Amino acid sequence: MNIAQQINKNNVILSLVDIHKYYHVGGETIKALNGINLSIKEGEFVAIMGASGSGKSTLLNILGCLDVPSMGEYQVSGTSVKELSKNQLADIRNQNIGFVFQSYNLLPRTSALENVELPLLYNPNIGSAERRERAEAALTAVGLKERMHHLSNQMSGGQQQRVAIARSIVNDPVVIFADEATGNLDTETSYEIMRLFQKLNEEGMTICSVTHEPDIATFTKRMVVFRDGFIVKDEKIHPSDIVLSQASSTSGFMD
Amino acid sequence: MKLLNLILIAIAAIRRNKFRSFLTMLGIVIGVGAVIAMLAIGNGSSASIRATISSMGTNLINIMPASQSQGGVRQSRSSSQTLDLEDVEYLQNNSTLINAISPELDSNGQIVYGSSNWPTQIYSGNQDYLLIKKYEIESGRVYSEKEIKNAAKVCLVGKTVIENIFDEGVDPIGESIRFEIIPLIIIGTLREKGDNTFGQDQDDMILAPYTTVQKRIMRQQYLRAIVVSAKSVDAIEETSAEIETLLRTSHRLTDSDEDDFEIRTQEELISNFGSISDMMLVLLGSIAAISLVVGGIGIMNIMYVSVTERTREIGLRMAMGGKGRDILRQFLLEAMLLSILGGIIGVGVGVLASTIVEAVLNWPILITLNSVVLSFLFCTLIGVFFGWYPASKAAALNPIEALRHE
Ligand SMILES: Nc1ncnc2c1ncn2[C@@H]1O[C@H](COP(=O)(O)OP(=O)(O)O)[C@@H](O)[C@H]1O
Ligand SMILES: [Mg+2]
Repeated sequence: MNIAQQINKNNVILSLVDIHKYYHVGGETIKALNGINLSIKEGEFVAIMGASGSGKSTLLNILGCLDVPSMGEYQVSGTSVKELSKNQLADIRNQNIGFVFQSYNLLPRTSALENVELPLLYNPNIGSAERRERAEAALTAVGLKERMHHLSNQMSGGQQQRVAIARSIVNDPVVIFADEATGNLDTETSYEIMRLFQKLNEEGMTICSVTHEPDIATFTKRMVVFRDGFIVKDEKIHPSDIVLSQASSTSGFMD
Repeated sequence: MKLLNLILIAIAAIRRNKFRSFLTMLGIVIGVGAVIAMLAIGNGSSASIRATISSMGTNLINIMPASQSQGGVRQSRSSSQTLDLEDVEYLQNNSTLINAISPELDSNGQIVYGSSNWPTQIYSGNQDYLLIKKYEIESGRVYSEKEIKNAAKVCLVGKTVIENIFDEGVDPIGESIRFEIIPLIIIGTLREKGDNTFGQDQDDMILAPYTTVQKRIMRQQYLRAIVVSAKSVDAIEETSAEIETLLRTSHRLTDSDEDDFEIRTQEELISNFGSISDMMLVLLGSIAAISLVVGGIGIMNIMYVSVTERTREIGLRMAMGGKGRDILRQFLLEAMLLSILGGIIGVGVGVLASTIVEAVLNWPILITLNSVVLSFLFCTLIGVFFGWYPASKAAALNPIEALRHE
């Protein structure tokens, strides 16, 4: 099933209706999400913002099919995740979703290329030649063509995060979810990563990025703000803000 | 998920963690190596014991006078006088199962030849004695029926005796020696037999007609033993039973009387030694099994630590679309590959260790295909078995929890 082929007429690919998520910890119930309504259309670049503990990661995990809501309806291109088994969710993650994590999560002592190939190893329809080809293309797209055979642990943080981004796009996903992707990087490198996301978004990739830094959010097109498991703000970002934040750095991509 | 991809993933994971993989394998290497070496030593000594016993004549049956108690004083066997030539004749005429039978007398004494002398043992029997006791003629001949009848002063000599009383190069045949005061002409030499299981030199002896020993040396009517060979090793039990019945009849023993003779077979000896060597094998086997289990626990330990250590990796793989069963298979396959590789190295180590034991300690070893296959399979199974638990733990992980793991 390719979700991209099932996009409805509004181009909504992800839709959340009254989503609740409860965690039960030692007899106590933690309400992490309290009725979230959110739609994400194809080609959007969304920043999810909010203080620590406000439920951003919880939401992203649900969006990324790593977790299921306690209540409410989440549809991925019209398919309700409630009806999907664990293995079907795994297949959706494998073929339709890309993840970028704060701590990169690359396999240590493993080349960039092999790291990027990883998701494709779990896809039985992709042979070794195509796997290699797509991984090389993804690394080229993030500007690491020359460093494909470097080991992950011998790269800088920014390079590692680029490898992780290459890994997230290698399966040609419908959407990329990034949870504090720039959280471990210095400002300059963070901006490079965000510009990379922008470039991918311009090429048509839908991206959903969690951050709590406002200047990082300005790279996106839409800002959703969380507080205590509620959405308190959901607005488009004006191009003027973007120009403002990016004025600090005018150079192009750098490794 | 494709098997090829699974193998690629497992091999990459093993290579990524070389030291841990090495430690995991070490347990199996030691386990397999120990099992093979222990079994090689156990099998080797048991085989050499069996070979020695069979060279002593496995279908041999010894009939000896029973040690009798007279008025509470236990008499020594040689002083009991219950077997004589009539018994030999009776058995010869009435037994249907006996292959060959001979009286036996033996005595200690000095051999004197010129100025040299040598303490040895004189054995005696009829012509079949050589067949029954597995002696072979090296040169010369055996005593004739006529010589037996006449109690001729002739003998055959063993190699040790020859070496100790003759100068090198002297042909002993035709020479005259004395056993104590009785002069004997050497008519033949016996082929070397080597040491027996007890480390006794089987060539330190001379052999004469039983009549010669009976009449000229020991001057006694009674026999020290009657030796019989059964038609085959399998017939030993039956033959012994028949002999017992016949002798009880000829000795006119009533049902309440105990046997006044004792039948001993090599089978008993073999099974005694067999059980000793079996015991040794069991002992060595248990040590080997323990080392296997310890090796297996080592694998489990390292696999278990590995799962904990690699929790984030597992979370990542799940986030990238890996299913629980993919993770389970990956970890199982890793355990299997390490066990198989460790098993192969272990076979090499075991064979090498056995060979070293053989070369340095001069112990007999016997490496059987069975022991190699068995220990290899067993170790691989142990590896997989002990890999299973941590692997299933890994497979059951929740991807989010796994990713959050520090
Ligand atoms: N696995 C979990 N078990 C229990 N409570 C959790 C779990 N994950 C998150 N929470 C709680 O849910 C709330 C939202 O967490 P999270 O989504 O991680 O916030 P954010 O990513 O915005 O910092 C927090 O109070 C957090 O403690
Ligand atoms: Mg978070």
